[in-house]
Formats: sequence, C-alpha cells, structure tokens
Amino acid sequence: MHELSLARDIIETVYQNVPKEEVNRVSSVVIKVGTFSGVVTDSLKFSFQAITSGTELEGAELETIEIPFMLKCNDCNKETTNEIGMMLCSDCGSGNTEIISGGELQIVEVKIQEAEEAA
Amino acid sequence: MDVITIERKVLAKNDAIAEENRKLLKGKKIYTVNIVSSPGSGKTSLVEKTIEKIGSKRKISVIEGDVQTDLDAKRVANYNVPVVQIITNGGCHLEAGLVRDALSGLKIEGTELLIIENVGNLVCPAGYDLGEDLKVVVISVTEGDDKPLKYPKMFMNSEVLVINKTDLLPYVNCKMGELKSNALKINPKLEIFETSCTSGSGINEWCNWLESKIQLEK
Ligand SMILES: Nc1nc2c(ncn2[C@@H]2O[C@H](COP(=O)(O)OP(=O)(O)OP(=O)(O)O)[C@@H](O)[C@H]2O)c(=O)[nH]1
Ligand SMILES: [Mg+2]
Ligand SMILES: [Zn+2]
Repeated sequence: MHELSLARDIIETVYQNVPKEEVNRVSSVVIKVGTFSGVVTDSLKFSFQAITSGTELEGAELETIEIPFMLKCNDCNKETTNEIGMMLCSDCGSGNTEIISGGELQIVEVKIQEAEEAA
Repeated sequence: MDVITIERKVLAKNDAIAEENRKLLKGKKIYTVNIVSSPGSGKTSLVEKTIEKIGSKRKISVIEGDVQTDLDAKRVANYNVPVVQIITNGGCHLEAGLVRDALSGLKIEGTELLIIENVGNLVCPAGYDLGEDLKVVVISVTEGDDKPLKYPKMFMNSEVLVINKTDLLPYVNCKMGELKSNALKINPKLEIFETSCTSGSGINEWCNWLESKIQLEK
C-alpha cells in the first residue's frame, strides 16, 4: 500500500503552509477522503503518526472527513449514490453519468493551537 | 485556535508532473497507454502481442514498471523496440516522476505509441496519473468474474478493459457474461476486448482499435 507515501506528501504540504515557529503547535491536519479514493483511512492515520513521532509534529492528529460517492445522471438529472461504486444511475439505470464526489483525497486545513494554550 | 486553509489535493505534486509529461508527449504526437492489472494477468504478454501485430507499421516505445528485476524489459527488448525498466524497489505503483525520469532515458523521437506497463497491482496504480492518454485495465478469466466489484476504482478510472486468457475459459469457473456485466455496472463507458495472448484470439480487434486511436493523435 502507498499510504506511507501519501502521509509523507501530507506532511510536506503542512511544512510548506505553516510558519516554521507554529509547526510544533499543529493540533490537527484535516483531510477529505472519498469513499472510492482507494485509501485505507486507518492505515493513513497510522503512517501519519509513525512519521511524525519524534518530530515537531508529534501529537498532531490526522482528522478525516469521509466524502460519500455521488453520481449525477445526465439523463434524468438526479443525484444518486450506491454502495458498490457503480456508475449507473440508481434511479433510471442510465450509464450516462458523472461522478460528482467520492474520489477525493484532499488536504483541507491545518488547526493550530494558540501559543498560550500550548504552554 | 488558528486555522490555515489549504484545499490542496494530496497528489497535487504527482498530478502536476503528470501534466508536464502529457504536454511533452502531446508535443511529440505520441499516444500513451498505461496498462494496469493484478500480477500476472498478462500485461507484458499483451505488450508483446501488440508489438508483434503493429510494431512494423507503428513506432512503439515501452516503459516497464516492476517492484524488482528487469525481466519484463528484457522480454520486450527481444522485439527490438526502445524500452526502459523502472524498478520501484517495493513501491506498489508507478508515479509521474518515475515516468518523467524514464522518458529522459528513452529515445522517444519518432515514437507513435508509448506503452507504460504499470506494477502488477489492482489497487494502488488507480490514483496516480502518469500523463497517459488511455488507461487500460487487464483482467484474466482465472481471476474470477467478481473482480470489478471488488476493485471498483480501477474500473472506474480506466477507459478500456482487456479480458485476457480466454483460452482458459473452459477450465475455470468464470462466466464471461457476468464478468462483463459487473465491469459495465461499475463503468458503463468501458470499451471491452476479449483476448488470448496464447492463441492470439482477439488481438486483431484490440490492435485495430488502438491503431485508430494512434491515428487520431496525428
Ligand atoms: N493461458 C494463457 N496464459 C497467458 C495468457 N497471457 C499470458 N499468459 C501467461 O500468464 C503468465 C503471466 O503473464 P505476463 O504477461 O508476464 O503477466 P504480467 O501481467 O505482465 O505480470 P506482472 O508484470 O508480473 O504483473 C505468463 O506465464 C504468460 O505466459 C493467455 O492469454 N492465456
Ligand atoms: Mg509484466
Ligand atoms: Zn438517471
């Protein structure tokens, strides 16, 4: 699995976006994970913990927001979802659909404690 | 609590390099195919059959991706086409950066078709754009007809499905109709070819279709 390399990418992005002196106060990194992103959330969290341990980011949590799989049908215009990830409209059966969500793997934001709070 | 908003894809770096690869390849009018499958479904065999069939008319180059060894590149090199082996050293998929490096080691001038054989893995390569025009997923009938339902992302993200080893259908419990209908449930837009790299059956259909795509690139 490649969760380890994804965790590294996430951490690199945190370092690129958070001012140096605030990195040790990062309390959580929030990411969106689509149902069909192909990522195993637990394994990603585990990798994140493993890599950050012993660094300034130690103790920061990887928070995940699960994004459901949603399809938009170009024939009946309905938005539907299904468990198996099929791209057929559950309403009219059409295959003329587009995935509107569920494939995400995106960093949303980083939460940082105030200096006093951390002290 | 301070919040720094980022809103950036985790794979943004890979996607950006993939876009550079795509630009480079488009600029040279090269049609690029990324072949994915579980280990042993017949990716290299399909590459070999494709070269046998259209290699004399179309200039083909190949990038081989494997976790270890350059065995696949050696097989392909027997056909006298430019080939580069990427060894990922444990990596479960190819990334755009690896393909960019491989391209710099390949004489691609004049190439019309670039085939990239990904690491044998039905999960991880799905999320990584390499800069290809076409993603082809290969499945062999020995793997069973339920695979599209078990690995939906790979089938969602591919444009073509090659069902290989059809010569073994009489010996395995895999219903062709079921396999196809499962694949089309996940992705109704899939173009499906049924091949046997052993008997050669279906290779013509696949190659004719591929050639029409190469032609469009010109
Ligand atoms: N019977 C039969 N055997 C096949 C067919 N295609 C490939 N094989 C055999 O299946 C085995 C694996 O084929 P490869 O082409 O090496 O498969 P691959 O997907 O490139 O394998 P990896 O790169 O290791 O993931 C070889 O022994 C092939 O000879 C086919 O259509 N029918
Ligand atoms: Mg191979
Ligand atoms: Zn519909």
